[in-house]
Amino acid sequence: MPFTIEARDLTKVFGATTAVDRVSFSVRQGEIFGFLGPNGAGKTTTTRMLTGVIPADGGTATVLGHDMRTDPVRARQRFGVVPETANAYADLSAWQNLMLMGELFGLERRPVAARASELLGVLDLSERKDQKVQAYSKGMKQRLILAMALLHEPELVFLDEPTSGLDVRSAHLILALLRDMNREGTTIFLTTHNMEEANRLCDRVGIIRRGRLVALDAPERLKSAIQRIHRVEVSFDREISGSDITSLEAVVTAEREGDKWRLVVDDTGVAVRAVVDLAREQGAAIVTLNTPAPSLDEAFLQLTGEEMP
Amino acid sequence: MNPAGTAEQARRAWAIAKKDIRIYYLKGPVLIFGVFMPVFLFLAFLMGGRQLPLAFLVSGLVGMTLFFTSTAVSPAIFPWEGQARTLERLVSCPVRIETIVLGDMIASTLFGIGITAVTIAIGLGLGLPLLHGAVLVGAVLVGACCFSAIGMLLAVPPTNVPSNIMMLSSLIKFPLVFISGIFVPLEQLPSWGLALAACSPLTYFADLIRYAFTDASYFPVGIGLAALALFTLAFTAVTMALHRRTMPRRM
Ligand SMILES: Nc1ncnc2c1ncn2[C@@H]1O[C@H](COP(=O)(O)OP(=O)(O)OP(=O)(O)O)[C@@H](O)[C@H]1O
Ligand SMILES: [Mg+2]
Repeated sequence: MPFTIEARDLTKVFGATTAVDRVSFSVRQGEIFGFLGPNGAGKTTTTRMLTGVIPADGGTATVLGHDMRTDPVRARQRFGVVPETANAYADLSAWQNLMLMGELFGLERRPVAARASELLGVLDLSERKDQKVQAYSKGMKQRLILAMALLHEPELVFLDEPTSGLDVRSAHLILALLRDMNREGTTIFLTTHNMEEANRLCDRVGIIRRGRLVALDAPERLKSAIQRIHRVEVSFDREISGSDITSLEAVVTAEREGDKWRLVVDDTGVAVRAVVDLAREQGAAIVTLNTPAPSLDEAFLQLTGEEMP
Repeated sequence: MNPAGTAEQARRAWAIAKKDIRIYYLKGPVLIFGVFMPVFLFLAFLMGGRQLPLAFLVSGLVGMTLFFTSTAVSPAIFPWEGQARTLERLVSCPVRIETIVLGDMIASTLFGIGITAVTIAIGLGLGLPLLHGAVLVGAVLVGACCFSAIGMLLAVPPTNVPSNIMMLSSLIKFPLVFISGIFVPLEQLPSWGLALAACSPLTYFADLIRYAFTDASYFPVGIGLAALALFTLAFTAVTMALHRRTMPRRM
């Protein structure tokens, strides 16, 4: 089966930094592919090369069978893009922005109007469709950008952090629409640094770090990797010796930072109980007690077998 | 439908032009650089006290008006869109860079033609005899295309700060007006001035307008029109090639 997206040795160099370094992966038809990485990892740069907005310095991007270097127009006719920092035209209304998209995709006026109304309805923008985008909230603008990307019923959608900075309701509307579209066969390429989102939504994820693809897997494996790391952070109102803490049940390592102890544990419940017992025995009060969720960084540091910093 | 074909891309360029017309015609800098500035420049020149015939004044005014209006819209669009972050959205659509450049040029051309038509109507209203209507129309059409291509060329440096481009444009546009036989008739120029004037498309345009109103011109009409058309083709080709190269750096 031909791949919907095929990146081979994609490379982009900005001056002295290699933003994307020989990245290769492929996305199957009908898949939701998550592209994860911390800030500055090269997600946006990779997405821009895949959509043909910037040329690759090395390697090839083939999307829907079209080489993005030589045949970007016909490829773009078939996919939709929600760029990371894109805006709709603030001086136009939502409706005018959508009609402009219709013309730029060479679509017929009548079906476009029907499709636009439908999308505005689904994304809860119908009531203010004739208002200038200037007056929209961030969430409304982002939903409009999504509607603009979906107007021509693309087979594939690229989204670069479509939910970043949005409230729960806007994010939910967007993710629900993506899931529905995927169920009807649309392939989705989603860039995010939100692990939760990737876990819930994606069939497969690629993790990029400092321009290099460091993992390419189903999120299940990613998740199990995260679940092997548990952390507990605790501080007491008096001095507790390090050896007492390290010898507690379920505690793997303990590190002191200011008045706070950072523990890596293999079972959060057991460890917390042990910490509470220790405090009671020594007559100390617990000032703070946290069980922070593992960060994306930690997860893929473990995934790639690197040491924790 | 072949989305990458010329006919389809031309249609999409028109959609881009309509968008530009809606959004950018009424922006402050466009009105200031495109309308008020040439008017005041011309008034200053009118009050200079020199006894010049009305036909010469009007051809100068028409020349300046078309030049400033047609170069007012196009240079600012890319920096504006880069700053407002609408450009990446546009570039992600199935349009070539050349199509976007063409769309912006069409909007700029129409702005120039519209305002120049008003200027000419006023001249005619003041009793100026029009001797060669066809030459006037032809010169305005080709000239507007030529100047909007120049405007687009001024927008090649990939900055997303509109005022930088506005400044750069003024730096280039004003000297061009002074070497183009608008303030001093070509016949009175020394030979080095004439050589300089021959390099400016505005010279040929103003000369054609003078011919349309007075039946007198420095260059033969055919040469004037041909020179203007050649400049248009050359500037359009160069600006499209350069924008193709610099567009990725605007992202
Ligand atoms: N136009 C550019 N010019 C110079 N450097 C750039 C440019 N675009 C990106 N970079 C650099 O390339 C690297 C990757 O950036 P990129 O925007 O792709 O990261 P990202 O993974 O999308 O990050 P974020 O999560 O913050 O969006 C960064 O070091 C960035 O500074
Ligand atoms: Mg990014």
